[in-house]
Amino acid sequence: MANTKWTWFHRFGSPKWLYDFAERYNGPLFGVGCALMLGACFWGLFIAPPDYQQGDSFRIIYIHVPTAILAQSCYMMMAAAALVGLVWRMKISDYFIACAAPIGAVMTFLALFTGAVWGKPTWGTWWVWDARLTSMLLLLFLYFGVIALRSSIQSADNRARASYVLVLVGVINIPIIKYSVDWWNTLHQPATFTLTEKPAMPAEMWLPLLIMVIGIYCFFTALVLVRMQAEIVQRELKTRWVHKLLNIEGERSNG
Amino acid sequence: MHPKRKQRLLIICFLVCGLSVAIGLAMYALSENINLFYNPTEISEGKAPEGVKIRAGGMVREGSVSRSEDDLTVKFVLTDFVADVEVNYTGILPDLFREGQGIVALGRINNEGVLIADEVLAKHDENYMPPEVAEALEKSGHKGYGDQYTSDKEY
Repeated sequence: MANTKWTWFHRFGSPKWLYDFAERYNGPLFGVGCALMLGACFWGLFIAPPDYQQGDSFRIIYIHVPTAILAQSCYMMMAAAALVGLVWRMKISDYFIACAAPIGAVMTFLALFTGAVWGKPTWGTWWVWDARLTSMLLLLFLYFGVIALRSSIQSADNRARASYVLVLVGVINIPIIKYSVDWWNTLHQPATFTLTEKPAMPAEMWLPLLIMVIGIYCFFTALVLVRMQAEIVQRELKTRWVHKLLNIEGERSNG
Repeated sequence: MHPKRKQRLLIICFLVCGLSVAIGLAMYALSENINLFYNPTEISEGKAPEGVKIRAGGMVREGSVSRSEDDLTVKFVLTDFVADVEVNYTGILPDLFREGQGIVALGRINNEGVLIADEVLAKHDENYMPPEVAEALEKSGHKGYGDQYTSDKEY
């Protein structure tokens, strides 16, 4: 157990360590994320060339793709946290899920919304019940489910356990979203970017997209860290280090 | 790793795998319903139900589009390069509708085998490029940047 191999892992499980980590990095991450996103927006909207078929309406890709990627990877992170929470019983997993779920829900909504706005001129419809769109809507409902479940259970232990199970069961939806365009006939096009082939898009179009993706990840990390700081202070209110942090002297408050 | 944790990890992996297999099988069984559209081949083989609304997806065959003189009726042929389906549609077409474009038409097949469409949606492919590149490719004889990627894809 006192294996050095695991110390870094257990360090992340310590609320105090994570609080200090967040304190140090959330500011820079927020700054870098915002700068990258603003720069990529400008590049994508004004400098990148229009598409030969869609014209300027393709530019919504610079919001649609990063939010869709983040919506899915945020869920994957929550699932990893749930696994750690169930196996190692780390409280920090529960804090992470509490803080990340609303952000993931917003990202999923943005991806669906920008997709609909793009779909109207390109496909001729706002919405179609194909496998990709439906599984993405299911992801939004999974996020809502996690948030609703958490707000309906009073006991902290039960709430954590229940959300771990829900998040882990829902993770099966992620490969379905990813491969829906390959497994079934869908209106949504297959992936433009794959790990094995070169992108079906020239560099002057995908470079701003890549920067946008990096920027949104920085922004997301900063946002989660700030939210987790607040969550940690709230949930660890009885500990001595939080008292010291909040300058509560003398008698302990009856929390 | 602590044996108790290892055991919990194994149980969770086992449960998630089992659940994935169950969902995978259910979706495999339902795949006909999950598919958004039928290919012209499937329609010509009679796999698509008759008399009910279906979606047909394929490429608009080059040179097959004919527009009516006095209303918005358009006739064209959908193809997957194996079989063809004739489509009649009255209404406004999406911007991306053109010959050689992938589209999805929703409608009923009449007794002459013609799909009477109520809705026509354009299907965009995964390729993006600036207009100059598209022009240059057209000049050099390629149909589009896309054909190197889509040649092995369905339709």
